[in-house]
This record gives sequence, structure tokens and C-alpha cells, in this order.
Amino acid sequence: MHYLVLGAGPAGVTAAETLRKHDKSAKITLLGGEPEPPYSRMAIPYYLIEKVGEDGTYLRQTEGHYEQHGIDYVHGTAVALQGKAKRLKLEDGSELQYDKLLICTGASPISPPVPGLDRPGIHNCWTLEDARHIAELSQKGDPVVLMGAGFIGSIILEALALKGVNLTVVEMGDRMVPRMLDETAGNMLKDWCIDKGVRVLTSTQISEVTDGSEGLTVHTKGGEALDARLLVVAAGVQPNISFLASSGVEIDHGIIVDQYMRTSVPDVYAAGDVCQAIDFSTQKAEMLAIQPVAVEHGRIAAQNMAGKPTPHEGSLNMNVLEAMGLITASFGLWMGVEGGDSCRMHDPENNRYLRLEFDGNKLVGGQSVGLTEHVGMLRGLIQTELDLGEWKNKLMKSPERLPEAYVAVAQHNFNISA
Amino acid sequence: MAWTRKVLRINLTSGEITTEPLNMEWAQKYLGQRGLATKYLVEETDPKVDPLSPDNKMIFATGPLTGTCASTGGRYSVITKGPLTGAIACSNSGGYFGPELKFSGYDMVILEGKSPKPVYLSIFDDKVKLRDASHLWGKSVWDTDDAIKAEVQDPLAHVAAIGVSGEKGVLYSCIVNNKHRAAGRSGVGAVMGSKNLKAIVARGSNGVTVEQPQEFFAATDAGKKVLKENAVTGEGLPAFGTQVLMNVINETGAMPTRNCRDVQFEGAHDISAEAMAEPRRSDGKANLSTNQGCFACTIACGRVSTIDPQHYTLQGEGKDQYKHASGGLEYEAAWALGSATGVNDLDALTYAQFLCNEHGLDPISLGATIAAAMDLYEEGVINQDITGGLDLRFGNAKALTEAVELTGTAEGFGVELGLGSARLCAKYGRPDLSMTVKKQEFPAYDPRGIQGMGLTYATSNRGACHLRSYTVSSEVLGIPEKTDPLVTEGKAALVKAFQDATAAVDSAGICVFTTFAWTMEDIAPQVNAACEGNWSVDALMEVGERIWNLERQYNMAAGILGDQDTLPQRLLKEAAKVGPAQGLVNGLDKMLPEYYELRGWSTDGTPTGETISRLGL
Amino acid sequence: MQLALVLDPAKCTSCKQCEMACAYENEQTFNPAKSRIRIFDFHEDGRFVPYTCTQCDEAWCQQACPVNAITTDPATGVKLVHDNLCVGCKVCTIACPFGTVNYNAATGKVIKCDLCMGDPACAKACPTGAITYSDVEQAGFDKMRAWAAKTDSGAQAT
Ligand SMILES: Cc1cc2nc3c(=O)[nH]c(=O)nc-3n(C[C@H](O)[C@H](O)[C@H](O)COP(=O)(O)OP(=O)(O)OC[C@H]3O[C@@H](n4cnc5c(N)ncnc54)[C@H](O)[C@@H]3O)c2cc1C
Ligand code: SF4
Repeated sequence: MHYLVLGAGPAGVTAAETLRKHDKSAKITLLGGEPEPPYSRMAIPYYLIEKVGEDGTYLRQTEGHYEQHGIDYVHGTAVALQGKAKRLKLEDGSELQYDKLLICTGASPISPPVPGLDRPGIHNCWTLEDARHIAELSQKGDPVVLMGAGFIGSIILEALALKGVNLTVVEMGDRMVPRMLDETAGNMLKDWCIDKGVRVLTSTQISEVTDGSEGLTVHTKGGEALDARLLVVAAGVQPNISFLASSGVEIDHGIIVDQYMRTSVPDVYAAGDVCQAIDFSTQKAEMLAIQPVAVEHGRIAAQNMAGKPTPHEGSLNMNVLEAMGLITASFGLWMGVEGGDSCRMHDPENNRYLRLEFDGNKLVGGQSVGLTEHVGMLRGLIQTELDLGEWKNKLMKSPERLPEAYVAVAQHNFNISA
Repeated sequence: MAWTRKVLRINLTSGEITTEPLNMEWAQKYLGQRGLATKYLVEETDPKVDPLSPDNKMIFATGPLTGTCASTGGRYSVITKGPLTGAIACSNSGGYFGPELKFSGYDMVILEGKSPKPVYLSIFDDKVKLRDASHLWGKSVWDTDDAIKAEVQDPLAHVAAIGVSGEKGVLYSCIVNNKHRAAGRSGVGAVMGSKNLKAIVARGSNGVTVEQPQEFFAATDAGKKVLKENAVTGEGLPAFGTQVLMNVINETGAMPTRNCRDVQFEGAHDISAEAMAEPRRSDGKANLSTNQGCFACTIACGRVSTIDPQHYTLQGEGKDQYKHASGGLEYEAAWALGSATGVNDLDALTYAQFLCNEHGLDPISLGATIAAAMDLYEEGVINQDITGGLDLRFGNAKALTEAVELTGTAEGFGVELGLGSARLCAKYGRPDLSMTVKKQEFPAYDPRGIQGMGLTYATSNRGACHLRSYTVSSEVLGIPEKTDPLVTEGKAALVKAFQDATAAVDSAGICVFTTFAWTMEDIAPQVNAACEGNWSVDALMEVGERIWNLERQYNMAAGILGDQDTLPQRLLKEAAKVGPAQGLVNGLDKMLPEYYELRGWSTDGTPTGETISRLGL
Repeated sequence: MQLALVLDPAKCTSCKQCEMACAYENEQTFNPAKSRIRIFDFHEDGRFVPYTCTQCDEAWCQQACPVNAITTDPATGVKLVHDNLCVGCKVCTIACPFGTVNYNAATGKVIKCDLCMGDPACAKACPTGAITYSDVEQAGFDKMRAWAAKTDSGAQAT
């Protein structure tokens, strides 16, 4: 048996390890498209601020981890898949034969149609390679423009600000992280960042980038011209699927998989950012593109590949984000459901916010600003779908009593005291 | 260390909030909490001040062991001039509020002046604010507690609040924290009300550290072991609470019953710890749900109780808040609301206790005042025209609970009950029926049956009180050694020793109940390891004596002189009718002169110059 | 068999000695706000519930960590946060459905119960036996793990 895992991000690495756990003798190949040992994109911001070195971004930290697990980690870029022949073609002309294939090639940044984005001094922040460029162009005091204050953009924002650059953020939406935070939270974050010395321009679009005195001039639709040494583009991502063009693998936005993470081509599975799998809250196929989900996918796909049928019941969309010291998190259907109840704790003085969304007596979503204690309980309550009983009303009055509600309801249902 | 070394000062008149360093020189002489705050009060206010005027100050103070792992290290006290007595008031409370204040970074909060409008004080570390409380004025302690936590949007904050009784100046209204722990005596709640201060809410994120951690852990571990192995603190108190005493004191013949007409109560068993543990018929549950410890307390004597759902007190509208568990009967409350009034209905008493917590009333003074009113009623001095229809016969549970309801909200006859027994009886021309010393009602030990308690009450600096020298320990329980409760010999020395030791214990930040098991030999090493300086047994006893004399000086300056070191005539003239003390009155006259002498006071009870200079006052 | 913290609300008196012991062990100060174990006080039910990390076998926090900073100690089964590796991304804090991994802004790392590496201070400090470190079959806690397992079908199928 030869398992080929294509893509060495968190989905791929978890899958390779899980395969090994269940199949001690199979041949396992992990194919990565980047020169470094498998690393985590999420750790890039911390590399940028030098909280960790490059090796601190590696997904596994023990020397010889892959050899020890009998995982063959190789480099190469896939350019075509021949599903019937069970063959993968690489850029260097070589071919890899497999018995079962897992595609976890992740996603890549979108380059929006703005004139001038091909100039030097303009980078994404997606790979370690990108990070090295950014590090070079973001010395203390340097004028830097960040395009996009979405989730990834805001994470990079923190890193850039910590580096002490002179930062301007330009976001099309009317607030920060519009897809993760509601108006209150998004604006709290914006005010906070402004207060910390970052220029945040929302409802603003970049129209063109030209040469400028610092290297670049970034023009907005409103007519403002911003000088910049560096422009970081964080305007969204798209799945890495170009090599699947004539493979027969069915694609919507991302690769379509069934409950067992199988694609439409026999013995080809997909996991992580590249695929479109069930969202716990909507029970529809969505692209969540977050790390914990990639891991979950990777593990479940591998179990199915190894002959342990494990249906995927849906991953919860959740995010946590720190921007300049303010921590925000969101879970599930934070925007609420029709006919459901909703409550909020808002404490602007102390930069705290908690929003809870219910469907009947169940918690279905939530988001928080400035809270760091017991935040995971939101996930626990949403995903276990426990009936909150009398605590629903208590939470409606005082959402901040969530931890009590959680423990009380868990106690009630599971009699922890034995 | 151990002290945070920071004092928070709030001028309620101007709204000004400042912090200042703790006076460490004073801390070395007065330790903390009771002693240290008294020193501040003495230095900063005129003892002649009207307790309910803006010129009186009130201090919320913690001790050096508050907020540490020393067992029971969770106490705070409120020190001010008391409106009930006109003497120094120092009311001590447990729960979780005191440590939270300290975790916020302050050893004490000094409140001065009077706010122009109702406010509450919120302390979140260095974020300290006076906030509007107009919407809370008129609310009960419980509703205030809930409302403030919701308002600050922090369920982990701890609140100390007054009820309507405190707002309206009921002279024995208290300050209740965590809904059922109270700085109970002498009317400190009325002082807070007079300042237009409804509550204090605190939440802290700072830690407390100690001077010598290794030694501190060794000493506190040893202390906890002693508590665990002691029959009272290791078994009796956790299982039965202070109610463990109900049957014991009754058998001793020292149960003040029906306003001290009797010394034994035939209904004692019905309202005892044993009764609280018995399953009731209606729902098969016992009155007692569980025991609870205050912060850091390894004894856990606190009672958490429910009322029988079928009991008359729970029928009708607006009773939801009493239908779940809350702080239940302690011995003092069970006695005052029960034996003193002749009521043996456990659920009625539990309800009355809940009301005391809900409205912020001291159950000792309340029960004793109702008992006095019942005596006036039975004597025909007052009637239903005066009581507003209350049939205040001894033993009438319904009249009792109604009287408590009225006092809690200061309505109807409750306004008169709110004056306390001394003023009530004086008003109706029968001061002899008031069982008080220095206008404060005395607690659950009849000094005819326990002689030392007579001297304890007579000389207590805050008016009649058992917690200033609990000689019951020795005279009844044999701690540290047994003395005969029926004799007066040796009691002067006993009282003095207990008074000094207790003052030190109260100033350390721990609970006086530890002294059922701990001697100063157990306590000194804990204080010594926590605090800088040298805290031997002798040093602590000297601090205790210094504090006692300081309080005495304050009272004398306030006009409360030695002639008030006395007891109600009933205890001095009417002999006990039954029980071991049958035929006895209290022999205060035999003990008092000896006590003065031992204290180094003149024959009229004034500390001599020599004593004052010996103690460095 | 590996030992575990057995938490018995019926015995807890809410004295918070455990919180102080935990805070002192980890932060060298008596500061319940910094404790990894917490007592929930259900006043109206007369019930006090000690609550902390269950050290799940297939720990969500561990799997979510992008840089392998949470590992399992083979001797104790403890899920251990390695401060030198933790980048402070907080993904584990939202991944743990028990909410027992918390972010510590002061250090920029996360904190969770580590059973004091096999000698838990809370259990030693608890005066009532509400917290013990033992191998007693802990039905309730296992049930709760199984319950939380619903949050991730994959983890339990292994
Ligand atoms: C700066 C940044 C911060 C982030 N922060 C967070 C966060 O805080 N929380 C969170 O949940 N998520 C975060 N994410 C997103 C998270 O990193 C991704 O969801 C996660 O990496 C997805 O994992 P994956 O394994 O599916 O894909 P990837 O990690 O993208 O891995 C894909 C792998 O496939 C390889 N590959 C791609 N195409 C080919 C090919 N044709 N041939 C061979 N190999 C190929 C790549 O080289 C790579 O090894 C962040 C991302 C970035 C960039
Ligand atoms: S130490 Fe034990 S009894 Fe005290 S609060 Fe903690 S668990 Fe409860």
C-alpha cells in the first residue's frame, strides 16, 4: 500500500501521522511544495516579530520526526493528476504512483485586479518565503500599507505594528474583519487599533499602485496617495487546484468531498483549506480555511483511507485573533439564526464584548472581545448542542455568566460528581 | 509583604479618590484590620462625632493574612463609630469580599464624608470609581448584589451592600457581602447608608505574597492539621456549624430565653443542628443543604439551607427568592430569633435568617429587640395599637416573621424595632427590660449560667458581644482548659487574656473560630512568616492589649465611661430559675475590680498613665 | 494506570485553598485569578464545583496547536505546554471545548493545568477530599470527556 499525501501543511502532516498510526507497514509519502520542513502558516506572524526563529514555525519539533514515523517527506510541485492511472505528475517531469491519494494543497492568496500590483515591494504574507521579504522591508519607522483587514490581514497587522512600522491599513468593508466580527466587535477592534497608533481606513479601496518616493505610492479610490516602502496584500485566498484541471475531480469553490472526505475520483481524498467540507453549523459544504479544521479533516480523511470508516459530522467555524493586544474570537453562527434569541454583554470601558446566539435553548454561535478565560466553552456548548434549560434565560440577562452556565449544564447532564 | 501597603481613600463628599502608602510604623504596632484601622480612625476623627454624620469615617480593612492560604485567611472588618452604641464599632465578616479587596491591591479603604447622591464604589484593581446608585436605592441586599454584578458585567466580582434598613438608619443594620456573610454588629450598615453609599464591588487580579514562603507553608500546614484534628473545628463545626452549641448551652443552663426570663428553652432541640439535619416530611430534604467555607477556611462551619416548601412563610406571591438554598441558621441567629423570642419553628427562623441577609439586619440585635418588644407586650406596656396589629406574644412565629419583614424595610412597627432594644424599652419607660450593654443587645450566653460572659459583655468595647472574649471556650468547652462556668474566681484574668488574644486574631485577618483549636503558639508562626518584623506570641499579645486599650480610650473620649461597664438588672438581681445555675445571678461586682486592676486601669476603669506609656499609646 | 484528578463537588466547601495552592505553585503568589483550577459557586443550589483540565487522551488543544507546543508526558498523561515553543496564537484556547486552556497576556503564552507534573498542589491543599489525585474510576469525568468528544468525531474513533 502506498499512501501519497500531497501538501505538507497541517492537514497533510496530521494525515500522514494518522495513516502511520493505523497502518504500520504501508509506504507513506508526504509531498510538499515548499523547500522548508513542514511548517505552519499560522506561526508566520510570530516569526515576523522574532518571537520564534524559522524553526519555531515547524509543525513538528522533534529531530527526525518524519523518519521516525516512516514518513517519506519529499519536495516537488504537482502539475497534473491522472486519477485512473493513480499517478501524479510533478513539475520536474517525474511521476508518483499511489494507491491512495490525499490532496491537501491548501490555498493561496488572491491577487486582486489592481493596476501596479506586480511592482517590487509588494508581497503577500502566506509563505515563509513571503515572510522573509516582509521582514526585510518592514524596519522600524518604515511606511507600510496593508491591504485588507480580514482575519489574516488583522493577524499580520499585529505583527507589523509590533515591528514598529508606520502602518496604514486599507479595508474595503465597513469595519475590521467583517466576516468574523459583527459591527460592534469590528469597530471596537478598529478603534483599538487607531488608539494604538495604526491608521485604519475602512470602506476604502485601493485603486492603483505606482512608484513613489519611498518606493511605492498607494492610491485609494477616494483620492488619497499613501507612500509606502512595502505593501502587504491580504485580500483573501483561493484553493490550490489548478493541477486538477483535467483530473475529473469535481470542484465547486474548492474540492467537493463526501462525508468520508472522498472526492469524486476513486481513492482520491481531500482535506484542509483546499476542500469544501461540512460546516457543523450550516450542515452545508463550506470552505472554512482555518488551522484546526485542516487538522480535523486530515485526521478523519486518513482514518477513512486506512480503512476505519469515520464520517465527518461537520467542523465548527471558529477564529481567534489578537490585534495589538486586543483578543477577539468568534464561533459558529455568530451572526445568529432566524427566529433565534440573541444577547450581548458590552463593556466598552474595559474593551469587553460577548455576544451569544441561540436557536431555541441551544447555543449556536458567539463572539467575544477582550475575554481570555474559558473561551473554549463557547465551542463546547455549541458543538454538544446541550439544552441550556433555565440557564438560557440567565444568559439572556447576563451573557458573561457563560462559564457558570456551561459547568451547570454539563453537571446536570453528566453528573460529573459521580 | 503580606500587606499590600496601599490604602484607598474615598472622599464621598467631593468624589475624590486617592491612594496612599500604608503607615507601616502603625502596622508594626497594630498589625492590620481591627487594630490598624482603629488607629487610623482614632487619628483621623473626633470620638465625639455623630456616628451618622459626614464627619464620621468608615474603614473597610483587611489583615496581613487576608488573601493567603492561612486557614480562614479571608476576613475583613468595618471600623467606624457605631450608631447603636456610640462606641467604637468593629464588625468582622468572612465570605469572599475581603480577599477580593486585597487582590485589588489595597489593605484598606477609608471612606469619608457623604456623597450628595446614592453611589456605589467599584474597585477593579486600580480602576476605582464611584458610580450612580440611585436606581439601587430602595433595593434589598440580594437584588443589589445581582444588579451590580450584572452592571459591572462580571460574575466573579464580590459585592458588599446594605439593604433598605441601612439606608433608613436601622441602628443594627449590617453590611452583607456575598449575600449571606455580614459585618453584622453595631449598625455599621446605617453608617454606610448615612454616607449615601449603597455598596462596594471588588474584583482583583493581584496576588498576595508573604515574607518567608517556606516557613509560611510549614506554619499554615501545621495550623490546618491542628484544626483538622480538633474535635470542635475538625468535626463539630463542619458537621453542625455553630449550631453545635444549641443543645450544649441549653444544658449548661445558659440559654437566654424569652428575653432572659429563663435560662433554658424547652424548644431548643427543635431549632438545633440536629433538627436542621433531619429530613422533613414535605420533600424529604433536610433544612441543611451543605456546609460552606469562607475564603481559605478549612473549618467550613457555614450553613447553607432551604426552607420547607410547604411552610407558611413560602406561600403567596413574591417569595421566589426564598425558595432556593441560601445562608442558613447559625447559632446566634437561631438563638436570637428563636430562644430569645420563644419561637421553636425551624423554618420560620430560617426564613427570618434569610430576611436578615436579604435586608441587612443583625439577627442578634433584631431577635433580642423583638424579644424585648414581646416582653413589653406581655407586660402590657405596649399593645396591638402600638405594634400595628402584631400579636407579640412569646412563641408566636408568625408575629416574629412579620416583625422581621417590617424591620427589614423599616415600615410600620418595624421602625420602632429598628431602634434596638435599649431605645425601644426606654421609650416605653421600661429600660430594665432591655438586655443590652452600652445599648447593644447581648448574644446567646446567659451570664448567670456562664459567669465569665457577664464580665465579657460588661467590658466589651463595642457593647455587649461574645466575640470580644469568648470565655465559653474555657467555661463550657474546656478550651484551652476547663474552668467552672458557675464561679467568678479567675474570670477577670481569663477575660483579659481572651480579649487581648482576640484583638490580635481579628487584626491578623483570620477567624476567631480558629481559637477553638489554635492557641497563640499556633498563630504567631503564621503571622511571623507572613509579615516583616518579629511576631512572637508575646508580641501579638502586646499588640492585642494595645488595641484593647486604644479602643477603650476612644470610647472614653466619646463619653462612654467605666460606669457603663455593667449588665442589665435582670442578670444581676433575678436568679436563674432552673438548670445548673439555678439560684445564681451574675457576679459582675466580684470580677470587675479585679479586671480593672489586671488591666492597669484605675478603679473607675480609666487606663492609667503608666499603662498608656507601657503600651506605647 | 495513570492517576487523574478526581473532583467531587459534593465534598467541596468553596474554600478556594486549591485555587491559592495552584496560583502559588505556578505564579508564586496567592492569587486565585491566576489559578488553573476554579471553583464554581452555585449559591442557590448549595453546590460548589471544582473545575479544571481533564487531560483528555486525544486532546483538542494539542491537535490544534500549529507548532507542536503541547505534548503528552508519557509518565503522567499530562498535556504539557512548552513555553519555549508556544507562539501565543491562542488556537488551543478556542479548540478546547472545556475552556480550560487560557491565554496569559502577561507572558504571551497559554496556561493550563499540568497536574504539577504528577504531584498536584490543589489536591494536597484541599482539606475535604473534594480533590484527590487517584486512580479511582471516575465515572462522571469520563462521561464528560465522552460528551465533549461529540465535538470531534474523529478524535474518539482512533
Ligand atoms: C499569516 C497567516 C496566519 C494565519 N493564522 C491563522 C490563525 O490564527 N488561525 C487559523 O485557524 N488559521 C490561520 N491561518 C490559516 C491556516 O494557516 C490554514 O488554514 C492552514 O494552514 C491550512 O492548512 P492546509 O494543510 O490545508 O494547507 P497549507 O497549510 O496551506 O498547506 C498546503 C501545503 O501544500 C503545498 N502545496 C500547495 N500546492 C502544491 C502543489 N501543487 N504541489 C505540491 N505541494 C503543494 C504547500 O506547499 C503546503 O505545504 C493563517 C494563515 C496565514 C497565512
Ligand atoms: S480546596 Fe477543596 S474544598 Fe476547598 S474549594 Fe477547593 S475543592 Fe473545594
